[in-house]
Amino acid sequence: MNQLRRTILKGSGATSAIAVAVAAGLLKPSELLAAEWNKAAFETKTAADTLNAIGAGAAVDSKDIVIKMPELAETAVTVPVEVTSKIAGTESIMLVVEKNPNPLVLDMAFANGAEPYFSGRIKMMETSRVKAIVRAGGKFYSAFKDVKVTIGGCG
Amino acid sequence: MLDMKIRAQMAGDVTDIKALLTHPMENGKRKDMKTGQIVPLHFIQTMTVSVAGKTAIDAQLSAAVSKNPYFAFKVKGAKAGDKVVLNWVDNKGEKSTGEATVA
Repeated sequence: MNQLRRTILKGSGATSAIAVAVAAGLLKPSELLAAEWNKAAFETKTAADTLNAIGAGAAVDSKDIVIKMPELAETAVTVPVEVTSKIAGTESIMLVVEKNPNPLVLDMAFANGAEPYFSGRIKMMETSRVKAIVRAGGKFYSAFKDVKVTIGGCG
Repeated sequence: MLDMKIRAQMAGDVTDIKALLTHPMENGKRKDMKTGQIVPLHFIQTMTVSVAGKTAIDAQLSAAVSKNPYFAFKVKGAKAGDKVVLNWVDNKGEKSTGEATVA
């Protein structure tokens, strides 16, 4: 876990607080992940706030991030999404659906041989720009795709 | 323990990991058609996938991930017989674990 950027992002203060909690027997190591869920970022309500919350306010556009999504989502509650990063040293990929009530959909960190890639299914409230944000070497990169939705999937 | 399907298939030097989780992924906005009540927020918050004991994927999720989440990942350097373990924890503290062997 230590090499994952989440610990770094949280800063040494948070890390040592967790270490103390573990030592005191308050937290079992297996429970650490739940404690780290980035509530502040996931509860943001606008895309701009989301990007700032994850530290990607100054993300640079990149053609080395490939987003595969349908241009027209047939079922808004299960929109397929596939993101691949070709940026060297990719540490994590975040997915932001700008028009969703809470734009941040997920944040995936990769380590120990995991390719910077994932495929999944997400819900979309309405037609929206979907952004993939990549963190690599402490910098942020982004790419987007516009996806049309006929009937919202969040209601 | 909720049901989970997970598979790890080697193709050259890359292992494809596919997982289908069982979870309602309620976003806290949907109304129950029968009772008219809002169904409370209930979703997976954290998910990890480890291969041969090392964390490969460390994910944080929101309720905008579809019901019964499906994920696919690719991991390099895994060997046949390596154990793949997926763990998740939701916002109510419920957990589940699934295992597969790299084939």
